Amino acid sequence: MEKAINNRAWFFVLPVLVFVLFSSLVPLMTVINYSVQDTMGQNNFFFNGIAWFQNLLDPTTDIGGRFAAALVRNLLFSFVVLLIELPLGVGAALCIPRHGWKVGATLVLIALPLLIPYNVVGTIWQIFARADIGLLGYVLTHLGIAYNDTQDPTSAWATILVMDVWHWTGMVALLAYAGLKSIPDAFYQAARIDGAGRWSVFRNIELPKLQKVLVIAVLLRFMGSFMIYTEPSIVTGGGPGESTSFLSLDLVKIALGQVDLGNGAAMSLVYNLITLTICWVFFTVMTQLDRRKDV
Amino acid sequence: MRLNGRSLGITAYLVVLILPIYWLLNMSFKTNDEILSRLSLWPHQLTLANYAHIFNDPAWYLGFLHSIEYVTINTVISVTVALPAAYAFSRYRFIGDKHLFFWLLSNLMAPPAVYAMPFFNFYYSIHLFDTVWAVALAHCLFNVPLAVWILEGFISGVPREIDETAALDGYSFPRFFVRIFLPLIGNGIGVAAFFCFMFSWIEQLLATTLTTVNAKPIAAVMTRVYSAAGMDWGLLAAAGVLTMIPGAVVIWFVRNHIAKGFALGRV
Repeated sequence: MEKAINNRAWFFVLPVLVFVLFSSLVPLMTVINYSVQDTMGQNNFFFNGIAWFQNLLDPTTDIGGRFAAALVRNLLFSFVVLLIELPLGVGAALCIPRHGWKVGATLVLIALPLLIPYNVVGTIWQIFARADIGLLGYVLTHLGIAYNDTQDPTSAWATILVMDVWHWTGMVALLAYAGLKSIPDAFYQAARIDGAGRWSVFRNIELPKLQKVLVIAVLLRFMGSFMIYTEPSIVTGGGPGESTSFLSLDLVKIALGQVDLGNGAAMSLVYNLITLTICWVFFTVMTQLDRRKDV
Repeated sequence: MRLNGRSLGITAYLVVLILPIYWLLNMSFKTNDEILSRLSLWPHQLTLANYAHIFNDPAWYLGFLHSIEYVTINTVISVTVALPAAYAFSRYRFIGDKHLFFWLLSNLMAPPAVYAMPFFNFYYSIHLFDTVWAVALAHCLFNVPLAVWILEGFISGVPREIDETAALDGYSFPRFFVRIFLPLIGNGIGVAAFFCFMFSWIEQLLATTLTTVNAKPIAAVMTRVYSAAGMDWGLLAAAGVLTMIPGAVVIWFVRNHIAKGFALGRV
């Protein structure tokens, strides 16, 4: 059934508009303001055109090189995160018990890491990975593995990846579980009559039904990993060197740490625009899928 | 055989999941001497001193109260304003509806780091800086769109015939909305509230940027243990354990709807 056209529906949307405008557009205007101005100190600002942006987008300058490096680093990180968390989450969802009290208990446990404040997640892994007092670091070191997440870039990356997988795979698993639950039993019975094997059931029944929730999972996980801040800032502080300095960490260092308003604002806007573009692509894919299902 | 493989898989997953949390719990019951002197799988000198310290020091327990205050304010605001909007998006077509919806979602995707600096300036200039209201309003940035998104999914699951039947039966719109419609999407409201609570509770960057003294959230208080006298690992661990409790309590209430909730009501 087609939705009714009713422009008075705008009144229903008005409160949301007010709140989100207040907390989004107004602050964003400050950023835009800073991004086209420079200062000589003492609150004397003058118009600076697009100089900050030119600097930022030119990888040969200091700030441009830094931004490009952080962007590449962050894209790589998000890519690896998706590569690990999606299959693992779907796998875990397939293993969730189907009946009895175990279902609720498993779901609550799987969701538990999602409800831990970011800085506490960072703290947990900071402690867990230490060679002197943490189980993981202690065991690895005693197995003769050269592991040190504050000195060695490979260890730092591995720790942050494992931490993110630990933190967020549960969300993918819950999404996939919701998708699996929506498959009627009749589908499985038909497959059994046809003599379909486990793989063929997964490939032909479960995976197509999961498509829609998996798009949501990809969207949420991409965005989450693309704006990761608090956890690495506690575990590695972006180091050693710059090796785990993702976009948000770099931005906070520039904008709040060095109070470099021009560069910080330009970087904010470009960063936001990149996220927005990727978000738009995902959104388009999702609405396309919605439409195909409705037909 | 297949069943065994499945239980084995989920058990392995859960063990890996629990291990770091257990380690934190383990440390929170130890003295700092024990933590630093040897690696023990369980506390040999069990102590509650770390927890006692937190419950007796106003700086610590006020941190918890501040966090709970802004999370509650934010959840109430987010769900209340999102309800009519979600109904509009689900039931009607209006000029600019798709663009508006996308714009809302784009706020959900905005990196908080982008907003840290302007929020700091903005809330400072309107004299809300260092209050729980600043954090509660700042978190609306992502929680209001999220609540709209989730509720729209749940509302679309309610057949439109119900709205029409109620109108034919002589229900005015406000009466229909409150008496008939809200109870129908009760689960959705619960799930939306749960998600707003969750995202406001775990977000730290904005919460710590917007507060200094009077509304300091627990996350900011936790940085106190990194002070001059070296790390107070036991205290840090105990505070970490306590921050997990509100989440665990809230999740218990929505345990039956959790999967559907994470799919944003869209299965």
